[in-house]
Amino acid sequence: MIEQKARLLIVDDNKVNRLLLSRSVELLGYSAAVAENGRIAMQLLGDEPFDLLLLDIEMPEMNGFEVLEEIRHDPSLSDLPVIVTSSVEGVENIVRCIDLGADDYLPKPVNQVLLQARLSSSLENKRLRVEQKQLLEKFATTEVAQDLQKSGFSLGGKRVYASVLFCDIRGFTALSESQSPEETIELLNIYYTLMFEAIDCHGGIVSLMIGDGLMALFGTPRPLQNPAQSAVAAARDMLAMIEEFNLERVANSNVEIKIGIGIATGEVVAGYAGTQQRATFTCIGDKVNLASRLEAHTKVAGCEVLVDGVTQDALREHDRGKPILQVSFKGFSDPVDIFSL
Amino acid sequence: MSDGPIDPSVFAELAEATGAEFAQELLGTFLDEASPLIDELKDAATAADPDRYRRAAHSLKSNAQTFGAQALANLARDLEINGFSTDQNANQMQHAALVGEYERASSALKALTND
Repeated sequence: MIEQKARLLIVDDNKVNRLLLSRSVELLGYSAAVAENGRIAMQLLGDEPFDLLLLDIEMPEMNGFEVLEEIRHDPSLSDLPVIVTSSVEGVENIVRCIDLGADDYLPKPVNQVLLQARLSSSLENKRLRVEQKQLLEKFATTEVAQDLQKSGFSLGGKRVYASVLFCDIRGFTALSESQSPEETIELLNIYYTLMFEAIDCHGGIVSLMIGDGLMALFGTPRPLQNPAQSAVAAARDMLAMIEEFNLERVANSNVEIKIGIGIATGEVVAGYAGTQQRATFTCIGDKVNLASRLEAHTKVAGCEVLVDGVTQDALREHDRGKPILQVSFKGFSDPVDIFSL
Repeated sequence: MSDGPIDPSVFAELAEATGAEFAQELLGTFLDEASPLIDELKDAATAADPDRYRRAAHSLKSNAQTFGAQALANLARDLEINGFSTDQNANQMQHAALVGEYERASSALKALTND
């Protein structure tokens, strides 16, 4: 039933209640720590992980309502189930607990059988939530997973200001033909690990992976102060990581790999696209096309990173690129100003 | 429900659920805490501090319920909901009633454990 002994925090100013609840949960196979008021409880929650909170309402210094408020505004505690145990008077107080995010309410004196049922159900819900989040994070990103958990899933997009980054490995087809499929997959895994690290480190998310190519977004769903600056910083880290990786490859008598990166900034529509059964967080707009064209153009121009004018203007002085000849891209009516970093 | 100061079945259930020894220790804690709580009610009324008063009445009510001392719990509940009176005589009478009911309940509870 209980795989690992769950650890509970009991918060109650009344000594009789603390003793009784501790005894009750220990008899049910859980371990418990106690706090005399909300202030002490918040300190303990910051110091060590708990699986569930049993919370009294009427307490000096910091009452149960205030604890619920603080927990609600702390993302690190968003998965913590809270069961309010109280003999507080008035239905409106119970409603207020639930409104503030309490998972359940148990009147005092707490019935042992009810306590067992509520504890195991809340802990099971918590386990499922954590499992779901871990699964989501495998296929999405931490931000998309958090966004999904917070606001739920719905198809549709919204207009946001963001930077779009495209990246791929130069001559990847030729490279993969010269080595075994296993070697290619291993190379891709290392490549993706490095690229994800650089993108994540600067607040971006990877929204698309196709073969050796990837598309990353900066500024959505995680808001950034200057998406262009973050995208360029990520691009520089990506290049530095590839350089490092190449040292290792050369030492093992493998050929060096080269990447090309294109970045464009502006208004895009971001959101979930697909069907109710299968959808992805993505973004569309001419900035996406432009970033993709810029990335493809790195081969022609012989540069590593190309950015559009909006990105260039948003950069700090010393980060700006050199202008190169305007280019007429397919799908764009006017020639585009481009800059090489 | 019992008409006496306590419902003995509540303590019996507590002892069965948590162990006789634990239930007796817990009763000891209740008895130790009750007098200070009753004093706290008096002090809070004198200091005209409604929050302190409500919390003390709330704790007393909660503990009385745990041990099946329903009459005591009802008195404490009234104090929790209505607070202290502006009339000092009324407060003194309420206090005397509470002390009297507590004495009845605690004697009955002690008698249970001495059986």
